[in-house]
Amino acid sequence: MLHDMKPEDIAGDYQEITLNLFGNMTRKILYTQVETPYPDGKLIVSTTDPSGVITHVNQAFVEMSGYTKDELINSPHSILRHPDMPPAAFKDLWDTVQKGSKWQGFVKNLRKDGGYYWVKATVIPNVRNGKVTGYTSVRRKPSRTKVEECIKLYPTLF
Amino acid sequence: MSNLFTISPDFSPDRISGWYIFNTWFQKQTGEAIHLKMYDNFHSQIAAIKNDEIDLIYANPFDAAMLVREKGFLPLVKPFGKTDEAIIAVNAKNTVEDVAHLSPGIRVAVTEDPDVHLMGMIMLEPGDLDANNMNIDIYDTYVLVAKHLLRGDADVGIFLAEAYDDLSNMIKSQLKILVRSQISVIHHSLMIGPKLAGKRDEFQSLLVEMSNDAKGKGVLEGLGFDAWIGIEDEEMEFMIDLMDTLNT
Repeated sequence: MLHDMKPEDIAGDYQEITLNLFGNMTRKILYTQVETPYPDGKLIVSTTDPSGVITHVNQAFVEMSGYTKDELINSPHSILRHPDMPPAAFKDLWDTVQKGSKWQGFVKNLRKDGGYYWVKATVIPNVRNGKVTGYTSVRRKPSRTKVEECIKLYPTLF
Repeated sequence: MSNLFTISPDFSPDRISGWYIFNTWFQKQTGEAIHLKMYDNFHSQIAAIKNDEIDLIYANPFDAAMLVREKGFLPLVKPFGKTDEAIIAVNAKNTVEDVAHLSPGIRVAVTEDPDVHLMGMIMLEPGDLDANNMNIDIYDTYVLVAKHLLRGDADVGIFLAEAYDDLSNMIKSQLKILVRSQISVIHHSLMIGPKLAGKRDEFQSLLVEMSNDAKGKGVLEGLGFDAWIGIEDEEMEFMIDLMDTLNT
């Protein structure tokens, strides 16, 4: 279950938009222009079930997203979905991993406080006894050059 | 028939005798004949694994996928409180303070240690650096990596964090850490091959209990850690998946 974002959680001036998410969900998003830099040397790790519901997060995920572990577990991974991310990127992600392949891309993620952080994300299907039991996503610090390219490219993909 | 046991070639040279003593202890406890064979490098060890010569291995996390998914190895235990982390360091006189300010064309000194190499390369990515725009020089030991940084014929060194921390204070005072990884879930593992699979539970409980016995505790000290922790299949699969995401 994904709740609308609340003004009291937001740090600074914000804009508002309603996003249509996977699974016929909608969510009111409140977002700011505040970037949190990706911490050096850390990986953000999460796993989801086959439908994209979060089943595991590491401490770096908790710290960067601004949510508590309890708020994240059992939430759809789209809790991180930022309105500046083109839907085509996530369609490509799902099409790729559902075929059993690895997906990699640069993603602008939304924080609970309305801010954002850029990551280089890799998602792979977890295959156990020949069956996909979920997906593991590992995010690492992106190159600023690649982020600048995405900042130019992504608005053209809507 | 004797079983062949081997250690990931990145073990600290100070621990060689510790591993032989561990092997003697393990043979006594299990009643199995086990011969410990050290390989000089990863290539020869991998060749032995591929040739189905190995029955028991203290494996580098980089090799875990191949061991589990191609060779049917099963995880037994991992050392308590000991994960593999990497450090990116430069000469202390270098004015660079951030990986993002390193330039293409730099000389990078590394060892053959595959998981540390992988973590190090990931930490260089934010500087738009990859194997195509760096000169990578491979050395036998981390002390040699440090030496080449001090001499100025390498710009950047990739270290196993533990090996860096073990360098003398004099060497460390002439180096500067740019990044230290904080990944926390990548670790070496003691694993058994298919021939010994039926002994898994017995071996695992012996190893987990090892720290509760005075003699066992002494043997563990020789390996440089306090206890073995059991590894479940899913934990190993998780680490393999994680390594897989990094290896791109």
